[in-house]
Amino acid sequence: MRIELVRRPNPSALYSALSPLLALAITAALGAVMFALLGKAPHLALYSYFIEPLTEVWSIHELLIKAAPLILIAVGLSVCFLSNNWNIGAEGQFIMGAIAGSALPILAPDFQGPLVLPAMLIMGMLGGMAYAAIPAVLKARFNTNEILSSLMLVYVAQLFLDWLVRGPWRNPEGFNFPESRNFHADAILPEIMSSSGRAHYGFVFAIIAALVVWFTLNRTLKGFEIRVLGQSPRAGRFAGFSYTTTVITTFLIAGALAGLAGISEVSGAIGQLRPVISPGYGFTAIIVAFLGRLNPLGIVAAGLVLALSYLGGEAAQITLGVSNKVSNVFQGILLFSVLACDTLIHYRIRIAGPARAE
Amino acid sequence: MTDAGGKKVASETLLKVEGITKIFGTLKANDGVDFDIVPGEIHALLGENGAGKSTLVKMLFGSLQPDGGTIYWRDSAVSITNPMQARALGIGMVFQHFSLFESLSAAENIALSLGGDVTLSKIAAEATRVSHEYGLPIHPDRLVGELSVGERQRIEIVRCLLQQPELIILDEPTSVLTPQEAEKLFATLDKLRAEGKSILYISHRLEEVQRICDRATVLRHGKVVGHCNPRDETAKSLAAMMVGEDIHSIERSEISAGPSSEEPVMVIDGLSQPASSPFSVPLSGITLSVRPGEVVGIAGIAGNGQSEFFEAISGERLQDKGSRVMIRGNEAGRLGPSGRRRIGAAFSPEERLGHGAVPSFSLSENLLLSRHASDRKAYIGPLGTIRRGALTKTLERIVKALDVRKSGYDPAASSLSGGNLQKVILGREFDRSPALLIANQPTWGVDAGAAARIRQEIIDLARNGAGVLVISQDLDELLEIADRIAVMSDGELSETVPAETVTRETLGLMMGGATPEKHHEERVATMEAGQE
Repeated sequence: MRIELVRRPNPSALYSALSPLLALAITAALGAVMFALLGKAPHLALYSYFIEPLTEVWSIHELLIKAAPLILIAVGLSVCFLSNNWNIGAEGQFIMGAIAGSALPILAPDFQGPLVLPAMLIMGMLGGMAYAAIPAVLKARFNTNEILSSLMLVYVAQLFLDWLVRGPWRNPEGFNFPESRNFHADAILPEIMSSSGRAHYGFVFAIIAALVVWFTLNRTLKGFEIRVLGQSPRAGRFAGFSYTTTVITTFLIAGALAGLAGISEVSGAIGQLRPVISPGYGFTAIIVAFLGRLNPLGIVAAGLVLALSYLGGEAAQITLGVSNKVSNVFQGILLFSVLACDTLIHYRIRIAGPARAE
Repeated sequence: MTDAGGKKVASETLLKVEGITKIFGTLKANDGVDFDIVPGEIHALLGENGAGKSTLVKMLFGSLQPDGGTIYWRDSAVSITNPMQARALGIGMVFQHFSLFESLSAAENIALSLGGDVTLSKIAAEATRVSHEYGLPIHPDRLVGELSVGERQRIEIVRCLLQQPELIILDEPTSVLTPQEAEKLFATLDKLRAEGKSILYISHRLEEVQRICDRATVLRHGKVVGHCNPRDETAKSLAAMMVGEDIHSIERSEISAGPSSEEPVMVIDGLSQPASSPFSVPLSGITLSVRPGEVVGIAGIAGNGQSEFFEAISGERLQDKGSRVMIRGNEAGRLGPSGRRRIGAAFSPEERLGHGAVPSFSLSENLLLSRHASDRKAYIGPLGTIRRGALTKTLERIVKALDVRKSGYDPAASSLSGGNLQKVILGREFDRSPALLIANQPTWGVDAGAAARIRQEIIDLARNGAGVLVISQDLDELLEIADRIAVMSDGELSETVPAETVTRETLGLMMGGATPEKHHEERVATMEAGQE
């Protein structure tokens, strides 16, 4: 017996549109089962996970803080994925952006003034771009598999950051804690509405990035080029579009946005470098990109949903006493549900009997 | 011709179809189709692209389910739910696009479709036996990737015969064969008929149908428009039944200005290139020139370097130096497709979906594919924005000029039938009035009506002063539209010969790679003798 996927001749447009919502519903249902198995009342658990964080203003600020890097990274990844470049290393580009941008306040703490922050943001983007350029050039030049090279570079970046904050960049007045010095006031990304909560301008950057990328992808020749090469490389070549240029451009865009997310996170939310600066934003952003159907505007919504899963994990840890690893489980279930929904919308399952000899 | 119309082999029918209907959305792909096949006949299924032939055949082979009507197999109603069941009944099918794995041997490919646990050597022995019996020589141990298209088709047929079918469905079997290979296929079909097997033969080559088929069913817009004995009809009357109107014959005026008097619009000088992959063909020493006002044809069996040649001229693959390809006096060998388009060249590739067009993109977006550089001012605004209004206007113009039939205002390329999409892809170039057009298989898989229209447009373009190079497997097409013809075989191009002096047989021999020089010399000698 074997199971076959058979392409549906006319996939339902309605279900295609509803697919992300369907995936969320499936995730919630499986989550309820999981909480029940853990011995918690499912409806209370789901409430404290998904609803409670939205009931207070400060908590919504926290939601925006978590959504900002997810959206920024996912918008960049959507450009890569649409052009058929599988950049899995946004986490590393995020870290390298944070490191490159932080170099200014850490190494030159006496250089202050209004120029510091813009310079840090630009350096952060350049850092992310430089790191993304490695798998891009390897792919364009040597046809290296970018999934492997970009993923493995994540661990290099993590260890490099760890070494920096324990070694050369450790705070001289920090009692030997593995942390960099605190950023001075000019190096801190301001809050949007400091009267009500901590949310910083990173979220504004995310919205701007989503709008700009959406416009570029859907309204300009460059975006057309990216989509053509992603859909059918041969037609792209026939059109005279360059495959290698597009590989490198899309990686650089994704790297720049991941780097911007990294420096915004460090400068806006943390205020210094630490051994770990991301709860896996770079990987969660992959889920965000697909949940948002690789559409930058959809990604804004998807980013908020996934940010909620981080907050809910923390809330559930406090009110229910379950591990905050539940967030990772939820995110995993969500990704599988999205992919499964999309697959089943385009294909149906057929169970074929054993092949018979003539 | 002895038994024409006189087939009364058995009173029972093998297969009978009554009122078969298949609906896709609002389209009735098959609308109350009736026909029957008796044992020991070759039955032709004729129709334009989109007439519903493929849909009908898929229902007979179980890959689609009818929405209405009944299929009778040996006078009892059956419902065929999948190809496995069709094979069990005794229906075999040879598809137009082969379903073979290139990296596996012939025997392995056959084993895959048979399933079960028969050993490979047993299958190879059985395949060899069947292949000898029916005059279909195959080498079971050779990799399919190394075989010619004709050999691959033989594997498909042998694979089908091993299942001992009573009815064999052949979908456009000769579209990829040389005339000589086609002859061999006809002999095999005659043998099968003599054994009492039935064949459902789908083709757009009317002469073939007239030659080998006992009866014909003609489909148009999903309905049966007639049953006939093709031998009682003319090619023209059959075509008229298919298209529903008299096909206007191609008008071909003589080349007005003496072509030799003008500078060539394209000169290819000693183009050679290595194969880029194990399955591609290297090109060696191709030299050719195309003058304004003429159509140059390149004949050849698929897979002899035509695709590689097309990609080299279109700039998808660059040459070693600029002067290898000269377009209107410019060195173009180091220019990409956009650069070559800017100096007046236009290209239409063989594969429509995935090469000439992006399947999921709308037609207007697909126009941009080849026009973004040559007509940048018209379609690209400030900041690199796309002028959608200008694109849809161009689309309207093309649709009107070539009578493109589509559903909706600006549908996805994949939703068009082959012929209509081909009209859009060629229309997008005609609309530019290019100085040079390179078209690879411009009417491949296109119905008769659309093909005639496309050929006329190509001739008109040339007569208005453009140089046209047409690469085609269809000899009739080349003989109809080309002024000079060359043959591509194994990556080499022969000298061109004037179209009016060459015959199908000569071209066929050259296409098969059979020592073209000798025939060519003879031909030239007789030509010269004839001219004096």
